[in-house]
Amino acid sequence: MTADAHAHHEEHHSSTGLDNRKLGMWAFLGSETMFFGSLILVMLINKHNTLGGPGQEVLDLVLTSFTTFVLLTSSLAMVLSLAAFRNGSLLWGRIWLGMVMLMGLVFLGGQVYEFTEFVTHKDLTPSTNLFGASFYTLVGFHGAHVGIGVLWLGTVLAYSWRGRFQPGMDMWGIELVGLYWHFVDLVWVAIFTLIYLI
Amino acid sequence: MATVTATAPDTRTFAGTAWSWITTVDHKRIAVLYLVTSLAFFMLGGLEALLMRLQLATPESDLVSAERFTELFTMHGTTMVFLALMPLSAAFFNLLVPLQIGARDVAFPRLNALSYWIYLFGGIFMNISFVAGGAPNAGWFGYAPLTDTAFEATHAIDFWAFGLQILGVSSILASINFIVTIINMRAPGMTLNRMPMFVWMSMITAFLIIFAFPAITIGLVLLLFDRYIETNFFIPEGGGDPVLWQHLFWVFGHPEVYILILPAMGIVSEILPTYSRKPLFGYAVVAYSGAAIALVGFGVWTHHMFTVGLGPIADTAFAISTMAIAVPTGVKIFNWIATLYGGSISFKSPMLFAVGMVSMFIIGGLSGIMLGSPPIDSQVQDTYFVVAHLHYVLFGGTVFGLFGGIYHWFPKFTGRFMHDGWGKVHWLLMLIGFNLTFLPQHMLGIDGMPRRVHTYAADMGFDLWNMMSTVGSLMIGFSFLIFIINAVRSIRHGEPSGSDPWDGGTLEWTIPSPPPVYNFAHIPIVDSRYPAWDLKRGGGHTGAVATAPEADAEADEPDIHMPNPSYWPIVMAAGMVLAACGLIFHQAFILLGAVLFAISLLGWIEEPAA
Repeated sequence: MTADAHAHHEEHHSSTGLDNRKLGMWAFLGSETMFFGSLILVMLINKHNTLGGPGQEVLDLVLTSFTTFVLLTSSLAMVLSLAAFRNGSLLWGRIWLGMVMLMGLVFLGGQVYEFTEFVTHKDLTPSTNLFGASFYTLVGFHGAHVGIGVLWLGTVLAYSWRGRFQPGMDMWGIELVGLYWHFVDLVWVAIFTLIYLI
Repeated sequence: MATVTATAPDTRTFAGTAWSWITTVDHKRIAVLYLVTSLAFFMLGGLEALLMRLQLATPESDLVSAERFTELFTMHGTTMVFLALMPLSAAFFNLLVPLQIGARDVAFPRLNALSYWIYLFGGIFMNISFVAGGAPNAGWFGYAPLTDTAFEATHAIDFWAFGLQILGVSSILASINFIVTIINMRAPGMTLNRMPMFVWMSMITAFLIIFAFPAITIGLVLLLFDRYIETNFFIPEGGGDPVLWQHLFWVFGHPEVYILILPAMGIVSEILPTYSRKPLFGYAVVAYSGAAIALVGFGVWTHHMFTVGLGPIADTAFAISTMAIAVPTGVKIFNWIATLYGGSISFKSPMLFAVGMVSMFIIGGLSGIMLGSPPIDSQVQDTYFVVAHLHYVLFGGTVFGLFGGIYHWFPKFTGRFMHDGWGKVHWLLMLIGFNLTFLPQHMLGIDGMPRRVHTYAADMGFDLWNMMSTVGSLMIGFSFLIFIINAVRSIRHGEPSGSDPWDGGTLEWTIPSPPPVYNFAHIPIVDSRYPAWDLKRGGGHTGAVATAPEADAEADEPDIHMPNPSYWPIVMAAGMVLAACGLIFHQAFILLGAVLFAISLLGWIEEPAA
């Protein structure tokens, strides 16, 4: 029996029919909801805790609406990328994957600009007040997730040149990063709504 | 392709043996690593406790200084919870979950090894603090603002906070692994409703861990920001709120006590039926009440904060939910007693420990109900009454249960019995010593002796109770020595046990002891809750089990694909802990740790997976 045939066999052996790695990813994301949930609660508690210093009014709704739009659109590109790989189109799969990375980078760029702007022009640092501390922690934590996602996407992209994700092969490597990416997007919807809009 | 023979370690040399343990991904060997390490930390935490008891034996003693005493109680609590009892439970998850569900390994064997190495290095990291400028000293729940730089400028708190973060990573990774293993790798026919009760409790514990640990992780992140980049999350002068730390800690901390007790409850639910020769009474209710405990366990945390002043509404609501959680717990107890009722009971040492667990846990549960009432809690808050209560549930419950498990499954690990007579001596001494230690602490608490104070005046009426307590703790220490000697001796000289010494009902008793590296020559097909009993008594038709005894496995060396050993888990764990060292000692370590982590991550991906 070859290793591949065996792997094939194992894949169909799971009790739920789901791939182990995908189920593990779901469990991890379940845990992540509690991470972000705790941080969002800390942010909500401290939203108006400004000690008379800069508060919610420094948030630039126009810029962040734009980067939010970009980040949410990247989820679409992620879906298209997986679909393209599944259809056997390496070229389009790679293009869409690159687009996801690019949009992630635009989002991160917006965040870096936002943070720099707050620190240099709005006098809001993590030690200014609790609004600042909670804001930088929550949004920075999310930004770190986006950054890790971009690195991960880059790894997946590189592996598409190293013999993975060819037509007919399994796509769990892309599915996993996709799950993660959609989750990070979804969390941003909550953050944007609760911190920026309300 | 790797076969069983390819993974067999070269154990002819010492280096080969050591290397085979360092690179192992076999869940049974990782279980042994967890077991040995957690018992070593258990001994360390026990020594810390003994030092405290010796200090408190007589009034106004100066055996240890007040400063040292704060380090001792902080590290005793932290060590016992995170370095001894949780990993000891993890040893059982590792050994038993794949065997009881009829799997050849866990879902992610290398991740499993990684969890262990992170735990080991994290535990060592935290204890280095004793020789690196002072151990953590703000209590195991590290209340703000005691943990702030204004009150603790040394790195003591940093060791604690980074150490807990590291251990949290280990716990979450291990839990993801076991959730996937249990949900996805059960043998054909083993529905959720046929899983052994220990597997049920393991699964619930794993879910508790992945949902509870994030709260403390975030709390610790905020604390470290307060200490390192001058935020004011928990510092009132800067607009922060120390009570927020208490919420974040106890939202984790209360589920944590169920994380500690549920595995022991699972073990007891396996031991009692085996030695009563009866199926577990009310199987489904026991399983669901475990789930109910876990669920309600997330809604009771402020009963640790009754005296903070959250107001009568909050106190009432959480008192009610606390009382409510006694219901599923009581349900379990009654089901265990009903399991014994009418059974053909044999009091081997595992059974004695299991019965000890149930009875001691009842006492702890009763004092828990008392503490769940805000008026009583206000009286005894922060006294030895609380210390007595928590030891009755965590020592009387968890430690008794886990020791019972060691005696019960030792033959499965080693193929040999532990000496039953000495096991009984261990049990009796521990039972007497335990009650002698902690029963008087109820009186001390009611009399008003505060916990966490390094001494007391002579005319307070505390002398006798304290002396009794110290004598009892020495008895516990002595009983542990008996256990260790018995265990070490039995590994080589114990009476051979065969594969099924206790007439067990679950799948692990259908395979040889110690189990072959691939566990099951043929994956069994299960059609009841006690497939091994069916097999032996002709009930049911347990499919492949019937064709899979040892003889078959030996006769036809099966071509079973097992995962290859890997050294990347230990490298990655080392990278993570080095990075944490860097944040305390020298920044160069951060870079070194990050590089090691990156290299091992790539190596991990590139390594041909199982």
